[in-house]
Amino acid sequence: MKLGIVKEIRADERRVAAAPHTVSRLVKAGWEVLVEAGAGAEASYRDSDYVAAGAAIVPHAADVWAQADVIAKIRPPTAGDSSGGGEVDLLREGQTLISFIFPAQNPGLVDRLATRKAHVVAIDCIPRISRAQKVDALSSMANIAGYRAVVEAATRFGSFFTGQITAAGKVPPAKVLVIGAGVAGLAAVAAAKGLGAIVRAFDVRPAVAEQVQSLGAEFLTVHVKESGEGHGGYAKEMSQEFIDAEMALFRAQAKEVNIVITTALIPGRPAPKLWLEDMVKSMKPGSVVVDLAAENGGNCELTRPGEIVIQDGVTIIGYTDMASRMSNVASDLFGTNLWHLLDEMGGAAGFKIDLDNDIVRGALVLEHGEKRWPPPPPKKVEPEVKESREGLIPARGDATGPVAKVEPARSPSKTHGPPAAEAPSQLGGQILAALFVLLCAGFLGLRYGMTDLALGTEVVEFLQHFTVFVLAVFVGWQVIWNVSPALHTPLMSVTNAISGIIVVGGILKGGGHLAVGSGVAIAATLFATINIVGGFWVTRRMLAMFRR
Amino acid sequence: MLPRILATCAYLLAAVLFILSLRGLSSQATARRGNQYGVAGMALAILVTVTGVALDPNPLLLGAIVLGGIVGALMAARVGMTQMPEMVALLHSFVGLAAVLVGYAVQLHAAEGSSIERVEIYIDVLIGALTFTGSVLAFLKLRGTVSGKPLLLPGRHLLNLGLLSLSVAAGALYVTQGELLALIVGTGLAGILGVHLVAAIGGADMPVVVSMLNSYSGWTAAAAGFMLGNDLLIVTGALVGSSGAILSYIMCRAMNRSIWNVIFGGFGAEPVKVAAGAGPAGEVVDIDHRELAAELRRAKRVIVVPGYGMAVARAQHAVRELTEILRGFGVQVRFAIHPVAGRLPGHMNVLLAEASVPYDIVLEMDEINDDFPITDVVIVIGANDIVNPGAQDDASSPIYGMPVLEVWKSKTVVVNKRGRATGYAGVDNPLFYKPNTRMLFGDARDAVEKVVAALRTS
Repeated sequence: MKLGIVKEIRADERRVAAAPHTVSRLVKAGWEVLVEAGAGAEASYRDSDYVAAGAAIVPHAADVWAQADVIAKIRPPTAGDSSGGGEVDLLREGQTLISFIFPAQNPGLVDRLATRKAHVVAIDCIPRISRAQKVDALSSMANIAGYRAVVEAATRFGSFFTGQITAAGKVPPAKVLVIGAGVAGLAAVAAAKGLGAIVRAFDVRPAVAEQVQSLGAEFLTVHVKESGEGHGGYAKEMSQEFIDAEMALFRAQAKEVNIVITTALIPGRPAPKLWLEDMVKSMKPGSVVVDLAAENGGNCELTRPGEIVIQDGVTIIGYTDMASRMSNVASDLFGTNLWHLLDEMGGAAGFKIDLDNDIVRGALVLEHGEKRWPPPPPKKVEPEVKESREGLIPARGDATGPVAKVEPARSPSKTHGPPAAEAPSQLGGQILAALFVLLCAGFLGLRYGMTDLALGTEVVEFLQHFTVFVLAVFVGWQVIWNVSPALHTPLMSVTNAISGIIVVGGILKGGGHLAVGSGVAIAATLFATINIVGGFWVTRRMLAMFRR
Repeated sequence: MLPRILATCAYLLAAVLFILSLRGLSSQATARRGNQYGVAGMALAILVTVTGVALDPNPLLLGAIVLGGIVGALMAARVGMTQMPEMVALLHSFVGLAAVLVGYAVQLHAAEGSSIERVEIYIDVLIGALTFTGSVLAFLKLRGTVSGKPLLLPGRHLLNLGLLSLSVAAGALYVTQGELLALIVGTGLAGILGVHLVAAIGGADMPVVVSMLNSYSGWTAAAAGFMLGNDLLIVTGALVGSSGAILSYIMCRAMNRSIWNVIFGGFGAEPVKVAAGAGPAGEVVDIDHRELAAELRRAKRVIVVPGYGMAVARAQHAVRELTEILRGFGVQVRFAIHPVAGRLPGHMNVLLAEASVPYDIVLEMDEINDDFPITDVVIVIGANDIVNPGAQDDASSPIYGMPVLEVWKSKTVVVNKRGRATGYAGVDNPLFYKPNTRMLFGDARDAVEKVVAALRTS
């Protein structure tokens, strides 16, 4: 099978669909790779590198299109004008084209492509399932764009990102707000954090809060109960109430932050307007807004796609080619995605359009010129927790996780664990044995030793009380082990108050005519009452403080 | 007069209420109701006794009840949460005192009792006196009026034994002869024993002492029950006694010590200068509040380990404020409570609750000890021995084998200490010399407040 890599035609496109590194892998896997001369020049890959990797250099694009079975490129093919001349017209019947297509935004292009009776695989339509992550070029590009957004902001921002205390004075750290914590947003958070800025991130999907926090940034949220979790890990449009709260939050942040990076996209719709003109106006002069949604109309009202606007001292960067600005690494990553996609499609030996493969099915736009897009809905939704290529950036929220801030849920009232629970039972057994022996001895002693009948009845009475006593000890033993250790102090004060029950003794002996004995008993009553009231009262005070 | 059966039923009900009261304390959610059960049981018991069982209650007796109630209420309303250990110790002493007095009252009322009755009186008075003097000394020690250093007389075990056998002898005399003087001598001996037992126990063991005294006060009440033939007193005393015993047992296990070791004291008194020459190598590195604030700002997981120092400095409100700010930043903040932190079982929980720290972020040692390796910053506030790594790896350390919070496994440990002295147990702490340890010297409240201020301005 012949794979053709053509040079990108669009003026601001510096990437190439495969780096030499990918080419050598492909060649080893049996592909014959044709590379248009100069295809990698803008991404710092020389033709000689491709040759070294095993590719054949073909001087003209038309020849590549004519010879290859599969054409891989980045940008959608140019449609040309009615007289032809676009890349679309180079596509042959039965040939396979793999590139970004954006069929939803470019229905005209899809119609033109359909006339060529070729297979078209849109790498932007890879379904967002865990298995497809290695193929997902949108994510790998978004990762780059997020990083680059910070770099672009830094070049336009007139101060340090990290706070510094120098001999020449103190510099406060830059405050960065990232709106939309998808792949690009999280990459921006990580990059800005890495430069030392104070980073905040906002997203309508509460599930991403953990990811934001895991990168060391603060997750901003509004107090309206609504999850923005949409289909496929993207956000959905929110209610008016939510948007109002969101805008209020942004207005407050606008006065504080130095750099805003917006990455909010809703699939198949123009980008939501989130950073309004008045917010830009209230930002400090010298601040920078980077609008990564510029290509889809921009999140900032003042964004002009592809341009830099300076309004009231605030720079608004609307570049649409962020990934292309890092063409070297972008080409490398795209190439790796391409390699995995080709692998999914059967590799050089078994290459085919496999409708049973859900990755291929999802990305397939045209089969023999027949429209296969949009694909049928996925059989089941897989939870989508992504690790980025570097394993650094968890991308796209976990679609199933409903909770934002998750404190480890632990029961504070946990009673003692197994070791503690064992100990008392052991000890209890010992005590039981000891008591049994004691009782037997006592009984035998009384049965054979006592002759005085009057004393005998007293002993019997004593034994009755002793029975009560022993049983009460056991009840206490069982009950107390269940007391939560956090409540040990209240436990002490309550038991303290309860042991003031000795007041009963005082009252019993303190009545009747005043005598020395009853006087002493009255004193006992006094102290015991102090104990009772003090103990209960202080317990009440303590318990009133325990709150969740 | 109510029929005697009715009174007995009421006592039974009161006993059940007391059991329910203790059961209620098993969780925070039911604890308040538990306390109410206790109050109800007590009210019922007193009411029935006054109206039904006692001889005509004279005005002086009723006056004593009212006066006692007022004094108790005033004390309870005024005491600060940091003084809770003293309060508890003082209340214990009242139980002991009341028991002694009741014992004497019984003796004075019934001049001609049987020998079994006298045995009961003697035991009641003995335990009561011991509880009383021991609690008073514990109170003074906790208050700082008396030094917390253990008093170790030469041959103290012999002394204890001597006191015990003397009081047994006096008891024998009293039981057989009914000699009042012998009872008084016995009381005095028990009092001395109580003082001596508590005096020999070091300050670090105070939680055990207080819970032991708690237990004694229960047994006292039970003994009084035997003496008066009153099952309610017996049941209640047994409940309280076993409660205190369990608490002591828990505390001892938390310090890896046998209960006898604590009772007969002397811990923290052995010449502990292992560290004098061959002390832990390394340097103590300071950190100031600004640096700590910056460190906390970067952290994702923070654990606060409070100790008695937090209570002394009354820093709990500042700590709460720190917690709130950090949680506002999205930092996960939790508290790790060692079973013997503070001077009373559960002391730290009460202080944190007073400062409105939510109780679900306050965790016990067993729950949190495994989490230190994934923690960015641990702040140790006024704790020393409970975070001493020597307990695990230095067999010569006097606290070797005691379970401790493994704070040194986290990325950074910040230890707040008032000065460079050793902990209550007098043991040097190798933690301070660990490379990931930073020392924040200064009064706990002051230091935490400064950190809070630094965080607010960041």
